[in-house]
Amino acid sequence: MTGADLELDCRGMRCPLPVIRLSQRIGDVEVGQTVAVAAEDTAARSDVPAWCRMRRHEYLGEDDSPDGTPRYLVRRLH
Amino acid sequence: MTNATGPSGAVTSGYLDAASSEPLHPAAREVLLSALDAGYADPLRLHHRGRDARLLLDNARAVVASCLGVREDEVSFTASGTQAVHLGVLGLLQGRSRVSTRLAHSAVEHSAVIRAGDWWTRHGRGTTAVAGVDHYGRVSPDGLAAALADGAGVLAVQSANHEVATLQPLDEVYAAASASDVPVFVDFAASAARVDLPPGWSAAAASAHKWGGPAGVGVLLVRKGARWRAPLPVDDRADSRISGFENVPAALAAAAALQARTAEREEVNARQFALVDRIRERVAGTVPDVEVVGDPVSRLPHLVTFSCLYVDGEALVTELDREGFGVASGSACTASTLTPSHVLEAMGALTHGNVRVSLTRDTTEAEVDRFLDVLPGVVSRLRERAGVR
Repeated sequence: MTGADLELDCRGMRCPLPVIRLSQRIGDVEVGQTVAVAAEDTAARSDVPAWCRMRRHEYLGEDDSPDGTPRYLVRRLH
Repeated sequence: MTNATGPSGAVTSGYLDAASSEPLHPAAREVLLSALDAGYADPLRLHHRGRDARLLLDNARAVVASCLGVREDEVSFTASGTQAVHLGVLGLLQGRSRVSTRLAHSAVEHSAVIRAGDWWTRHGRGTTAVAGVDHYGRVSPDGLAAALADGAGVLAVQSANHEVATLQPLDEVYAAASASDVPVFVDFAASAARVDLPPGWSAAAASAHKWGGPAGVGVLLVRKGARWRAPLPVDDRADSRISGFENVPAALAAAAALQARTAEREEVNARQFALVDRIRERVAGTVPDVEVVGDPVSRLPHLVTFSCLYVDGEALVTELDREGFGVASGSACTASTLTPSHVLEAMGALTHGNVRVSLTRDTTEAEVDRFLDVLPGVVSRLRERAGVR
């Protein structure tokens, strides 16, 4: 995955904090730009895509950070 | 609250967790008390106390068989629903191990099935294959085909999901399995006494405390003629599928509860189905950013699950308890549970902020309405506390 416009470091956070951070910071990027959520919490793997569906943003997929932490990439749609 | 105490004295008001354990049915309580006095002896002994116990156990078996539409010799009483699942799954695998050692199961099975599969891979040198589900949690034809593609010893699919209430298409499951000549194990714990179990299974399992019987009684069904082999040591008692002394009074009470629930099924199902419709509608309409999951129509009558964005599921359970409501949650936002519900994950549903509401047979409209009045405020308080909005 190429670089996101904004990366949120949610390492060490438990659900639902990574999704709360995402909702608070999505407005910091322009419509069409991307936010990456780096989180070890296994719930994020389900909850970031579910958040995108419920809040009508686009979920782009998952990759690994250099330190191995999963990153979940979202595109702001509105 | 009008139903704070039933005739049995159990306090059930605000208890909305019947899917974890239904309060003892009044009919079962009466039977249990008298059977405790009459059914203490060993049913294998030839003296008259033994024969009394034998009569009670045979009676329990006959009633359960008749309620479930199966033969008496197909019914065994186990020490729990989980044990019945383990014996059912592993016994069929054992019987088929010369053909295939793979256990295929749906992604949304109860953990009892999944743990049996883990055990089988470790101790039976077997493998597992998982059939995917759609967004309602229903096993899909493609998922079944993929799980059976490399052959399987057994296919395990539940009758209905215990977390989200979706009914599984057992006829399709049976057809897919029979095309591959694979026997089917059905965990029908969530649906027993509520929905008929259609024939087509080779083994099946349920749990009495889910229908208002006492805990500690599981029911294992093994179809006559099925290739089932005892996976664990057996003894020389009457029922060759289980080992140990049956809990005769509890088995009889379980049978009495099943009989009573079967007799009142239509009335209770209709009432519960309508109340759950109301919950589904009101929750979606009054709580912002909520996802009500599971099939809205083809479902169990008494159970509904929803997830609230930005809320910790455990905090939700605690706050609702403070308001007088006992509910379950499939969320895992605490250190005590490491992974969220595999059912919600498999469906692609939101796993945090999850609440499962399941109605007992005497949950009233007034209780449900009070729950629905209280819920939006509880959720919004928790969101404020978390710094959302």
